[in-house]
Amino acid sequence: MPPIIQREQCAVCGLCVEICPMNVLEKDKDKIIVKYPEECWHCRACAIDCPRQAIRMRYPLSHLLLHYEVEKDGVKK
Amino acid sequence: MRVKIDCEMIKTDLLIVGGGVAGMQAAISAKETEPNVSVLVVEKADTRRSGMGSTGNDHFFCYLPEYHGEDFEAAVADAQATMEGMMQDLKLFKKLLWRSREIVEKWEGYGIPMRPYGNDFLFEGHTMPGKKMFFAKYDGQNQKKILTKVALQNSVKIRNHITIHEILTDETGKAIGAVGIDASKLKPKQIIIQAKAIILTIGSSTRMYPSSNPAYLCNINECPANVAGAVIAYRAGARLVNYDSIGCHAGPRYFERSGKATWIGIVSDMNGKPVGPFVKKASRKLGDPMADIWPGVFRTMLQNGSGPAFMDCTSLSEEDMQHMQHCFVTEGLTSVNDYCEQRGIDLRKSMIEFGSYALQPGMGGIDIDEFGRTTVKGLYAAGSICGNVRGSIAGASVFGMISGEHAVQYCKTVEEKDVAGNERIPQTKELYENLLSREEGAHWKEVNSSLQNIMKDYAGEVRSETLFKAGLHYLKELRTLAYAELKAENSHELTRSLEVLNLLDLAEVTILAGDYRKDNRGIHHNRIDYPFANPLLDGCLETIEKTAEGVKIEFRPEVRA
Repeated sequence: MPPIIQREQCAVCGLCVEICPMNVLEKDKDKIIVKYPEECWHCRACAIDCPRQAIRMRYPLSHLLLHYEVEKDGVKK
Repeated sequence: MRVKIDCEMIKTDLLIVGGGVAGMQAAISAKETEPNVSVLVVEKADTRRSGMGSTGNDHFFCYLPEYHGEDFEAAVADAQATMEGMMQDLKLFKKLLWRSREIVEKWEGYGIPMRPYGNDFLFEGHTMPGKKMFFAKYDGQNQKKILTKVALQNSVKIRNHITIHEILTDETGKAIGAVGIDASKLKPKQIIIQAKAIILTIGSSTRMYPSSNPAYLCNINECPANVAGAVIAYRAGARLVNYDSIGCHAGPRYFERSGKATWIGIVSDMNGKPVGPFVKKASRKLGDPMADIWPGVFRTMLQNGSGPAFMDCTSLSEEDMQHMQHCFVTEGLTSVNDYCEQRGIDLRKSMIEFGSYALQPGMGGIDIDEFGRTTVKGLYAAGSICGNVRGSIAGASVFGMISGEHAVQYCKTVEEKDVAGNERIPQTKELYENLLSREEGAHWKEVNSSLQNIMKDYAGEVRSETLFKAGLHYLKELRTLAYAELKAENSHELTRSLEVLNLLDLAEVTILAGDYRKDNRGIHHNRIDYPFANPLLDGCLETIEKTAEGVKIEFRPEVRA
């Protein structure tokens, strides 16, 4: 679900928990958990600010960026 | 088992509710004006990354005489033509424009790059062909961190993870404090704040109408933490304005992201043909203004079968393409770049379908005067929580500055007032504990979702007296059920639950205000039972407020000078 914490890179500093505008993340003992993934609005503050680049985003299939490739999909210009 | 929560009492001279751009600028300007007055900012999330400008903004509305000419009145006329100038007070719009330069200079001093592309200011976007441009292209990706740093350097106190839910007033109706919850721990704490003056800067209201993605209530184009802030002021007696009309934004359809002016492209149909008459080839100097002029075009084209419609960037020069992708970063749209990279979408080759987003009472907000004062003594407002002046980040920062300067002077003229005996303190504590104590009950999402359906069906694109009447009836039932059944497991869910309860009150305001306007304002207020616009109401704004005699709704003339 939206933010993915890559455990091997995460130092559990908790910065992402503090700054998330929707308070989606929680610090649980020795790890960061994505407690409310469905409230993420993909602002990517957590991924941008992580000092160890330990966070990437997974975009749910419900959030499709609908697109048409002009040549491949035959848009008649 | 009955859950009991602790209380914390805080005293400050000036309380700023909301640490977005408006709130942080208000705090800094207050301290710059009067360093000895104590200033506290309380923020629902964290001021370093909260609000509409959380991860960026790339266009700042401003008047710089060396670019726009010394004739200020002429510049005002030009500026009105380039941005949404409707339904606001010209007097405030002029004040915003007049003082925008001060913010540009202050922000450069703080370290926010206002001219990141050379020594000159660069003006782009949100403009009709041939018109003067007033949006300076800047780099706001770290603006919130910088504003937070400057505030702390000026001895502003910041408390993050606090949600304010109620303004406390005294027997004369003056604002004397606020109550809410601290959600920094799993178990919430009630927060009571005593203050001489309060500035509300908690944004516009999202989540009142359904977004394109019902499975994700918070996948919306604006920061979904901004919920129903204006209703807190309304309950305290403040006058609201412009809740009779609705609007919408546009952007990538299911992806839901504001910032359409950062996209440089042509709004095109399925065959790549421009939908509008204005621009045939887009460049960084002039993108297609169609989505600005008519953000509902994407919905209309779906409904009438001529759609879908796309943002077509495929004919941009390579230089402009790279500029746009860079500006996605400075505007805070890094997820667009990230998604395209992850899924192999090349904007040089693919058109992106755009959609008209959820309806919202986007022009509605608190009615303020030229100093940011609401109609409640001691209560100020700034930013997108206001209904009679706009201007996005510039509006937020300029009126943040103005309200901060004025409120801090007001603080020096009033005595501290003890809030301890205020009846709303035990009442709100009981509400919080009720929600936390329920072993079974309704999740906040049930209420939010139901509320959105009611608003869509009874106060949405099609409006009439019978629809409003039924909508209000259902809304009241939902409100009763929500107070009786809402259940919160922890501080996070309690925050969301309180947001939804506020949203119910604001939805009621939206219905009452809509029902009162008995004329037709096109897509903003499509009154089927009054199919024409009443010319006598042109230049008037509708206001709504709670009085001792009941809810008072009326039209007032736009304040022009």
